[in-house]
Amino acid sequence: MTSAITQAKLWYWQRVSALVMAPCVVVHLAIIVYAVRGGLSAAEILGRTQGNWLLGGFYALFVLACAVHVPLGLAAIAAEWLGWRGRGAGIAATLFGGLIAVMGLRAIYGLTA
Amino acid sequence: MSADIRVKVWRGAEQGDFVRYEVPRQDSQTVLDVVTYIQRHLDPSLSYRFSCRVGMCGSCAMTVNGVARWTCRTSVSKVAADGKLEIAPLANLPVIKDLATDMSGFFDKWAQARGLFQGRRTRHDEFARVEPASSERIAADAGIECIGCGVCHASCDVVGWRAEFLGPAALNRAWTLVNDQRDTGQLERLRAVAGDAGCHVCHTQGSCSERCPKQIAPTAGIAGLKRLVARAAIKGQL
Repeated sequence: MTSAITQAKLWYWQRVSALVMAPCVVVHLAIIVYAVRGGLSAAEILGRTQGNWLLGGFYALFVLACAVHVPLGLAAIAAEWLGWRGRGAGIAATLFGGLIAVMGLRAIYGLTA
Repeated sequence: MSADIRVKVWRGAEQGDFVRYEVPRQDSQTVLDVVTYIQRHLDPSLSYRFSCRVGMCGSCAMTVNGVARWTCRTSVSKVAADGKLEIAPLANLPVIKDLATDMSGFFDKWAQARGLFQGRRTRHDEFARVEPASSERIAADAGIECIGCGVCHASCDVVGWRAEFLGPAALNRAWTLVNDQRDTGQLERLRAVAGDAGCHVCHTQGSCSERCPKQIAPTAGIAGLKRLVARAAIKGQL
């Protein structure tokens, strides 16, 4: 696979993930308003989120979209602002994406399970 | 109207400094008039480039008060209301001397982006019939009036960050040819404009479209190239 094809596909994935994230942000803001209406205590929020698998599914999708989108943007910033490109930058960005996925999914599990 | 314009002009090459001049203010004076006055009356060693003086050739582009412009079509009254002008060579291009930049790398990028038309027909064949109302023809028309002045290239932050980026002018040229149904080198062109140096690194900031003196929108053409290249890559055609 040449670099050009890789870049084209990565751009496509960044676009698709952005398409997913845009409505997720709106829904997320609405959920914040809903989740804190009885007060901002952990017990109150957990009472609403635990066992809510629809909520868990929604946030899992959101987290995965972020895990795809963020490392692509970070790789671009690393190349343009720090002059860091190539394999090392790609691996670092991918690891950061993995970190977002793991931490995000772990948090969702804690909220909903 | 004040009697004089206080002008700072870049002197030197990559290393250099701004030198101050006082130039008499006149009616309907352009920035190119100011530069010409300096060379003819104050310092004949000043180097700059111009030709047509009427916005057709694109050779007199410079950075005027921080913004890339055609100096021949820029009135002093519009950009120097306070009587001050700072004139520098175009950004993102190597400086040869004073206000003259080396444009060879800029035009090399047009060649790298496959900016050369490749046809199939010879002069013995019939003329190609291109439907004027077709979407391709309309898209090509929107970008075809580029005269290669380099204003968009100098205004692009991504060119500044990534020296290898083909830039808005070369990609706009590629976009007009991608929409030319007579051209036979389409797949090679899509390959040439993809990747780290091509359309995918454009951030859609739109400085090129904002500054283009011909009101061309390279940003729109680059977005079109992104779509076509991504589609071809997904289909495995590249």
